[in-house]
Amino acid sequence: MDSNNIPRTVPIQSATFSNPINAEIRRAAATGIYDIRGGGAKRKVPHFDDLLFLGASISRYPLEGYREKCETKVTLGTRFAKKPIELDIPITIAGMSFGALSGPAKEALGRGASAAGTSTTTGDGGMTPEERGHSTKLVYQYLPSRYGMNPDDLRKADAIEVVVGQGAKPGGGGMLLGQKISDRVAEMRTLPKGIDQRSACRHPDWTGPDDLEIKILELREITDWQVPIYIKVGGTRPYYDTALAVKAGADVVVLDGMQGGTAATQDVFIEHVGLPTLACIRPAVQALQDLGVHREVQLVVSGGIRTGADVAKAMALGADAVAIGTAALVALGDNDPKWESEYQKLGTTTGAYDDWHEGKDPAGITTQDAELMKRLDPVDAGRRLRNYLKVMTLEAQTIARACGHNHLHNLEPEDLCALTMEAAAMARVPLAGTDWYPGKAGF
Amino acid sequence: MQTYDLEANGLRGLNSALQELNGSSNKTAWEIVNPKGSHAIAVGLNSPVEVTVKGSTGYYCAGMNQQATVRVEGSVGPGVAENMMSGTVIVEGDASQYAGATGHGGLLVIKGNASSRCGISMKGIDIVVHGNIGHMCAFMGQAGNLVVLGDAGDALGDSCYEARFFVRGSVKSLGADCIEKEMRPEHIEILKDLLARAGADAKPEEFKRYGSARQLYNFDVDNAQAY
Repeated sequence: MDSNNIPRTVPIQSATFSNPINAEIRRAAATGIYDIRGGGAKRKVPHFDDLLFLGASISRYPLEGYREKCETKVTLGTRFAKKPIELDIPITIAGMSFGALSGPAKEALGRGASAAGTSTTTGDGGMTPEERGHSTKLVYQYLPSRYGMNPDDLRKADAIEVVVGQGAKPGGGGMLLGQKISDRVAEMRTLPKGIDQRSACRHPDWTGPDDLEIKILELREITDWQVPIYIKVGGTRPYYDTALAVKAGADVVVLDGMQGGTAATQDVFIEHVGLPTLACIRPAVQALQDLGVHREVQLVVSGGIRTGADVAKAMALGADAVAIGTAALVALGDNDPKWESEYQKLGTTTGAYDDWHEGKDPAGITTQDAELMKRLDPVDAGRRLRNYLKVMTLEAQTIARACGHNHLHNLEPEDLCALTMEAAAMARVPLAGTDWYPGKAGF
Repeated sequence: MQTYDLEANGLRGLNSALQELNGSSNKTAWEIVNPKGSHAIAVGLNSPVEVTVKGSTGYYCAGMNQQATVRVEGSVGPGVAENMMSGTVIVEGDASQYAGATGHGGLLVIKGNASSRCGISMKGIDIVVHGNIGHMCAFMGQAGNLVVLGDAGDALGDSCYEARFFVRGSVKSLGADCIEKEMRPEHIEILKDLLARAGADAKPEEFKRYGSARQLYNFDVDNAQAY
């Protein structure tokens, strides 16, 4: 009430012009440039949390938790490669570049992945000896920029991943700002030190699936058909992209949803382009099934994988394996509360720090600053990553046994239900308590 | 001289045989007959072998070459000598798109014309084209030299870094941040050497030099219209 005792309306924040939106308008007005950040989509989208496992019942019987085996091994690249990759667990480390990440961070990823029996992946900027040395299984990304690309490294790889796109920015290239172009990064990329380095959005020497097929032929000829060739796409048109990747000759399709992270790109791109990971999997699996190659051409899903439950759900929907990026960085120490005072000095807070492109990461992970990167002990960080991968695997096994499966690959859509209409439609599993999902024929 | 009939014996056998060579092999000269436009001929070589292709090729001939000398007695499809690291590739005819794309080193000589995007994203390769080149050549070129005895198409050197471009004829247009630059004595020497190695009948003084204005090296919103 005001001084005349007349009731006042309660101040109402606009849902459309929210405080974060208004802050961004003011920031744009002050600077004249869009916001660049790292990470993946932060908006809430239908995700694995919107699915539940049904577990065993009278019609299904479970496996004994500490007695009966539940296998986790996965083989990638069985279609054409002479030497497919055999992994102990179906959780791989996604491509992240030396340049975007510090040397100790890349070493820690290699150490942790190797200790857990899985693969790690290079990124834009090429392969470093440290990364190769600490990674039992290393996937070499073949990117549009071709920074640091050479046939010697290509032949050292255990697999080659042709990157067509990524979930954070399907259709977009990359940007590594000058403050992260150290002498070593500049040399590896054949660029002057300190410039803002652009990574191209499309490959310089092929266009379209027919060309890609010939490019893959060249890569196989150069590597004697030894190693698997993956094709990575950002989640936009998963059915057709998967089908075209198969047509082009991929051994493995890597499908990255919009929650998948990036080192740096425009916020508007991250939040407004692409599909949620959950919406990508079933169309991709459908494409593989329609072509009769499901399980022969393996599907690796990434973008927002955080727990063993996420792993199990992705695999139940038809993925052969998953890849993690952001979660792996968190396991190493990214956004750790122990750096809160330093995050506040950077104008942010624990859990929200995403200015990875600025190279000031207090945790020493997304930086090329010599002093900051000393904060990350690659041995300790690698151990944390190994532990985390082990926990996720145990969690996924726990769920699989509860559903009566002796291998994670035996999880199936029938083990799932959805909590929301959106998730039911995207995952094509029944809404909880019903036998129906949107789009299902006969309703 | 080893003669390999590609049509009769297949691509894998050829590349496998050439890739297995090392510096101590006596099989230092190869002739490939019946290429018939096949893709990925003589890719991934890594020894000082001399390979002559008797006819035209498809995509990616001599891709990722190291040390070898590959001569094509015909024309080549897209991506000849892509990502070459060292050695020499000579094309007697014309080259399709992306010739020498992302090459890190070595010398690519095209006796005829080269199509669009020749030298795209070049990272240290030297390319000499006796004829003309198409549009968007040396886009995002990082290092190395592109020499053109004829004319250049639209948007030469768009968004280039430290690559150098020498053109004797006309340039239809320069790309973003590419400008004409002073031809200093050291550039004359570079050009003289490249022309001699490429068997090109031209004088360095007839060329103009182009390269980056370095105005787009760091993002500035005031330059947004240039992108």
